[in-house]
Amino acid sequence: MTEVDDVRPAPAAARPFGALYAGNARSVMARGWRATRSTNWLVVVSGFFEPIFYLLSMGLGLGALIGTVTTASGQQVPYAAFIAPALLAVAAMNGAIYDSTWNVFFKMQFARLYEGMLSTSLGPLDVALGEISLALLRGGLYATGFMVVMQVLGLNLSWWALLALPAVLLIAFGFASVGMAVTSYLKTFQQMDWVNFVMLPMFLFSATFYPLSVYPQPIQYLIQALPLWHGVELVRGLTTGQVDAGLLWHVLYYLAMILVGLVLTTGRLRALFLD
Amino acid sequence: MIVAENLVKKYKEFAAVDGVSFEVAAGESFGLLGPNGAGKSTTMRMVGAVSTRTAGTLSILGMDPDRRGPEIRSRLGVVPQADNLDTELRVRENLLVYGRYFGLPRAQVARRADELLEFAQLTEKAKSKVDALSGGMKRRLTIARALINDPSILLLDEPTTGVDPQARHILWDRLFRLKEQGTTLLLTTHYMDEAEQLCDRLVVVDKGVIMAEGAPAELIRRYSSREVLEVRFGSDLNAEVAGRIAGMGDRIEVLPDRILIYSENGESELVRIIDAGLRPITSLVRRSSLEDVFLRLTGRTLIE
Repeated sequence: MTEVDDVRPAPAAARPFGALYAGNARSVMARGWRATRSTNWLVVVSGFFEPIFYLLSMGLGLGALIGTVTTASGQQVPYAAFIAPALLAVAAMNGAIYDSTWNVFFKMQFARLYEGMLSTSLGPLDVALGEISLALLRGGLYATGFMVVMQVLGLNLSWWALLALPAVLLIAFGFASVGMAVTSYLKTFQQMDWVNFVMLPMFLFSATFYPLSVYPQPIQYLIQALPLWHGVELVRGLTTGQVDAGLLWHVLYYLAMILVGLVLTTGRLRALFLD
Repeated sequence: MIVAENLVKKYKEFAAVDGVSFEVAAGESFGLLGPNGAGKSTTMRMVGAVSTRTAGTLSILGMDPDRRGPEIRSRLGVVPQADNLDTELRVRENLLVYGRYFGLPRAQVARRADELLEFAQLTEKAKSKVDALSGGMKRRLTIARALINDPSILLLDEPTTGVDPQARHILWDRLFRLKEQGTTLLLTTHYMDEAEQLCDRLVVVDKGVIMAEGAPAELIRRYSSREVLEVRFGSDLNAEVAGRIAGMGDRIEVLPDRILIYSENGESELVRIIDAGLRPITSLVRRSSLEDVFLRLTGRTLIE
């Protein structure tokens, strides 16, 4: 009973992975699912309709004036088919960001939900994975609905479009894990506004509504460094059927994003609640 | 169950806990008594395996919390100082979801949840929203939630702070039942009556250091007299009068609002004061409490 493992506590880095992860992220997801059932469905549904409204107004409305657009690989596609994949990537991003920033911020600062979770046998990685997976699931749900609309409107130009769904999940995963990491550093609502300040221009300028080639070279490099551009190009390549090995770079970008986000989030949750 | 030796927790240069040692045996109800900021909650967090220590040794159920945190936490029940119930879930759901965090089977959690709602006298509220509960009910739900995994040790950080007196007695009754059932309790409090009611043994903590250790009655015997006479002469006069009654009783404490005279027989001290020609505005003879022990040890009152 009085046996003690060691006189000095082990330094944080030497502690086993077991202290971070109990393999029970699903209980965190199940909690989120229960909580969603009791919240306002209107908020959930609005996230689904937003990109569809964009598609209808800009794709069909503006598209009637514009006609066709030349994609990065030189193919001529109808304007609606050009922006639809971009909006799909944006939908995944928005769903993931909403869940991983505002929701997480509230749970961390006000509901002290994670404090409660981390006094059970859950580890910080369980909490991070569970919350991110839930955001992912929601992003995936929106994306599936949007894909159906695209199919109905004839905007999926290739069978490769089927792969857009896993691609969208990858994008959502990337944004959710980085979003949660960033949120874990924020303290006030004012700081939360910075998130919108970054997201809106990224949405508008990441070759979403027109090809990247309209920009001068330096701006092009800047846009290409941002995550949404990679998502847009990846999904656009798939739904328009212009698939080449170059798409793998975009996948790699998101894999890196996921990894960085998870490492930061887990470390940060541990610093905050298991100091 | 718990062995702490020279436990230290430093934040930057500030030592919140500065060399605390104590042991808690199975089935025992052990208290950390002290004012706000004494290091009680920090000690609780280290015992709860959610905070790593700066130095010293700590063994919970024979394990080191810095190394086997999740394993230890799976066998602890934690009632935090501020309620952190899940307000997005209903009352019973709070128990179900929490049980699943421990990875317990669904059916077992459901059965246990119903038992605990009964225990916490919340069966009728099972489907209520958490925000609709009173403060006392929320506390009871938090305690029920802490018991969902059938913990070996229950940690209670200020279990009745901010709860009205009537609800407090209900809480004490519930905790007393747990104690009778043999649950090991570790609780912090700055209420001496709570400590006297619930603790078999306790340590008095101040500024991160243990001032005394023992059973409540034993501590009172050791550090205080049997009775205390409290007299008030009005805030201006207390200090002056103190000089004139010096030497009465075993010991005298002058507080801003009253004078305490420690004695085996309070009534006879009061007679002596009146014989000396002094007329206190109010006088009260009471038994010594842990409050007096704390005052003796630190020169300060528990609740300031």
